[in-house]
Amino acid sequence: MLKSKTFVKKTRSGGIMKIVREHYLRDDIWCGSEFCTECKQDESVLQKDACIESNLCVFPHYLLPDTNVVLSQIDILEDPLIKNVIILQTVLQEVRHRSAPIYKRLKDILHDKEKHFYTFTNEHHRETYIEREPGESANDRNDRAIRVSTKWYSDHLKNARTEEGLRIVLLTNDRENKDKSEEAGLLTYRCEEYIKSLIANPELVDRLALTNDDKNDITSSKVLFPEHLPLSRIQSGIKSGTFLQGTFRASRDNYLEATVFVHGEGDESTEVLIQGLQNLNRAVHQDLVAVEMLPQNQWVGPSSVVLQDEGPKDDDVTGDDEEEKALKGAVVGAGPRKPTARVVGIIKRNWRPFCGMLFLSQIKEATRHLFTPADRRIPRIRIETRQASTLAGQRIMVAIDGWPKHSRYPNGHFVRSLGCAGDKETETEVLLLEHDVPHQDFSQAVLSFLPKMPWSITEEDMAVREDLRHLTVCSVDPPGCTDIDDALHCRDLPNGNQEVGVHIADVSHFIRPGNALDQEAASRGTTVYLTGRRIDMVPELLSSNLCSLRCNVERLAFSCIWEINEKAEIIKTRFAKSVINSKASLTYAEAQMRIDDTSMNDDITKSLRGLNRLAKILKRQRIEKGALTLSSPEVRFHIDSETHDPIDLQTKELKDTNSMVEEFMLLANISVAQKIYEEFSECALLRKHPAPPPSNYDILNKAAKSKNLVIHTDSAKALADSLDAARVDNFPYFNTLLRILATRCMMQAVYFCSGMDSDFHHYGLASPIYTHFTSPIRR
Amino acid sequence: MAGLELLSDQGYRLDGRKATELRKVQARMGVFAQADGSAYIEQGNTKALAVVYGPHEVRMSRSKTLHDRAVINCQYSMATFSTAERKRRPHGDRKSTEMSLHLKQTFEAAVLTNLYPRSQIDIYVKILQSDGGNYSACVNAATLAVIDAGIPMRDYVCACTAGFVDETPLADLCHAEESGGGTSLALALLPRGGHIALLQMDARLHQDHLETLMEAAMTACKGVSKVLDQVVRQHLQEVSALTGE
Repeated sequence: MLKSKTFVKKTRSGGIMKIVREHYLRDDIWCGSEFCTECKQDESVLQKDACIESNLCVFPHYLLPDTNVVLSQIDILEDPLIKNVIILQTVLQEVRHRSAPIYKRLKDILHDKEKHFYTFTNEHHRETYIEREPGESANDRNDRAIRVSTKWYSDHLKNARTEEGLRIVLLTNDRENKDKSEEAGLLTYRCEEYIKSLIANPELVDRLALTNDDKNDITSSKVLFPEHLPLSRIQSGIKSGTFLQGTFRASRDNYLEATVFVHGEGDESTEVLIQGLQNLNRAVHQDLVAVEMLPQNQWVGPSSVVLQDEGPKDDDVTGDDEEEKALKGAVVGAGPRKPTARVVGIIKRNWRPFCGMLFLSQIKEATRHLFTPADRRIPRIRIETRQASTLAGQRIMVAIDGWPKHSRYPNGHFVRSLGCAGDKETETEVLLLEHDVPHQDFSQAVLSFLPKMPWSITEEDMAVREDLRHLTVCSVDPPGCTDIDDALHCRDLPNGNQEVGVHIADVSHFIRPGNALDQEAASRGTTVYLTGRRIDMVPELLSSNLCSLRCNVERLAFSCIWEINEKAEIIKTRFAKSVINSKASLTYAEAQMRIDDTSMNDDITKSLRGLNRLAKILKRQRIEKGALTLSSPEVRFHIDSETHDPIDLQTKELKDTNSMVEEFMLLANISVAQKIYEEFSECALLRKHPAPPPSNYDILNKAAKSKNLVIHTDSAKALADSLDAARVDNFPYFNTLLRILATRCMMQAVYFCSGMDSDFHHYGLASPIYTHFTSPIRR
Repeated sequence: MAGLELLSDQGYRLDGRKATELRKVQARMGVFAQADGSAYIEQGNTKALAVVYGPHEVRMSRSKTLHDRAVINCQYSMATFSTAERKRRPHGDRKSTEMSLHLKQTFEAAVLTNLYPRSQIDIYVKILQSDGGNYSACVNAATLAVIDAGIPMRDYVCACTAGFVDETPLADLCHAEESGGGTSLALALLPRGGHIALLQMDARLHQDHLETLMEAAMTACKGVSKVLDQVVRQHLQEVSALTGE
């Protein structure tokens, strides 16, 4: 028999569409019961002997739950005790519509043969299909359908019964439904009373979920989060002091916790803790938010629990509530209480496209899926896409559109796909995007400012520069380095002192201030070195060729030349723009070999030996002043030349030559700093490293105390000495570990202008003044 | 909100059919008195009307005349009210021209054109309501119309669509199933000999599944041919009863 279903739907653009669908009714849908002799089914799912021991229903019976019972009590249905249950197609479809995870669990139960759950396609059965009456709501119609099916089942099996009656028990929590079905003569119980009647299994009562059963709360747009206040309210609140403004930083380890850095006067910024989903109120990492402090009795300490947002949740917060309670439980007694607040409004969103992977929905034909970003501080994003199956194993980029207050996750859209996950190219791309490294090719505008090849030094350039092409200058760099920033030379002077020169590539000759090339380099900020790939700050023509101090070619440089005596004291310093001709581009290993090889005695080797000797003295002097040698283990990958896959891993060893180059670079930077401060005392660009406050050293002290060692942190020298002395027998790596920890305690070094501050001290290098002058190609 | 479930675990589709079942087919021949042949078919909610004029002299462009056989001229169009949203341009859009071409190819294979050299046979088909399987309904309607016009054909031409969901082939797709993004294949068959007049699919399908899909479509077409046959015989009976034979 053919019926037709007509309903009106609202389209995305706001129009109205009338949908007409055919609806066939069949007579060959069987009841699925073993008991039944009428139905010609192939295999019966519901058993004849369906007995669950209950003092309400002492006879064999089948259970028939309605939608709300399934949605709220899915745990009970999953229990192995509950068998022989009829799930109607109406109920199944409604569950699918309202909750994907519960739908999946229900389907798993249906597939489990041991549970004897049967799906009855009541919508297409001629006798159990009903049409909506005028004035009846959709929910009422579904409830009526359930009642009609129950009645049909009872009558159907009544005919088939022999001695003991096989009854159908309707489980519903809805009072109206219950009343109406009892009027119709059906056996109905509330889920609670039925479960409590199972005397043989009292533990099932524990699995009962508490529900709000009197109201038919089917609307999925529950308000989960408090409203954001309008901008005017926020601004007046900040002015009056009720609210504070700050940057929102999500916690990497705990998705229910975050800190807001409130901007105070000057450099100060106080940290305020935010805990709990409601208090977080839809703020995303790096947004500018307005917070309201909570009263002191509600302050909490930062939790020591690591929590991750697991699994796709529904639009309700019940799952998160449990975790929040666990969080609060763990917090009591963890760490000191910190000022706590809650987010009342967002001043400025700071959303960008995020990289990550798609987490497919449980329902096959679903178009909405959850996207998990690579950065753990960003929440999952719900996106709508039809190409979910193609995107499943790939890294994709998704941008957030908004976060409505009834939705557990923000909504977003797919931007583009980056490639298969695990593929080296894709992962590199993800890395660069996540850390905001500009890595596109240089634009035409930028490239237009490069000098035309072939380039050579012109007469005018020579006229204003010192000609140092005759000096035995050499450069020492890591193997495979093409951007050579610096070169050194050392030669004996007739008066017994030595002349040492550090020559830095003259990049400012090629990049004039303000042009596109300068701006692009400024925006990139630095050259990024990845294994097997290097993303240049300036185009390759400059970085690897014209600026780079390659050997046996004339190059423009900026030289810093000292006259140093044998005790490594500086007698004279002078600076000059120059032209050099490097005689050799050595690697650290090659330079070391030359120094050690007593048979080699050419100019380059003699120069290297001189530099090495002086460097050692300089280093000793620095250490006496309290310079820190902290350990940042650097590893080096060996890449197979054919497959470009890493085949070996080695930690970089520090040779004498590494430290030799380092010493002279430091010396050059210090000398330049002194000179520019002399000349431009109000506006010299310097670099300082403030001493860390004693509280920063807490973790270092804790670690050292665990091995009964003491680290003195009052001055840099004391720290350096106690780090040297801190050794444990049979645990040689301990010293390296302590040094790594010490690195974590340090403050960040900063650039500053000499006129704005009076303290120039560089703590880590134990130098009264410092700047960055060397390595201009990559900084 | 999830998409529609095209095939439930119990084996029922959206409208309650099983995977191999066809929609309800109702057809009538001789609906228009003025045309040489006409037919109206309803396949589920898809309603198509076909009208045949001919064979007659080639009207437009004399050059198209073929010396040994008849030219078949097809035109396919959809009524503006046939889809859920009103269509702006019912004629001349790419879909219509493509469909017309397909119909022409199909009928050139089936109609015995060499019996009518230098003439033209016009077949006009209009979709009054579109709910999936437009092409199949057109072909079926056109077959009946050609038979009504008395033009000899090799065999009935029956068409049906078939789709693929979850390793199961579905026969006779409705609009929701076609637009769900899955595969959909249209097949026009001459059932007695099993000759395929037209096979059309624009979706991605693994080649292993092609055999099964075609089998399903062919079985469905044979089902349709039975219905069409029934309709023709009934019509003949009515006509002969009216003319008093």
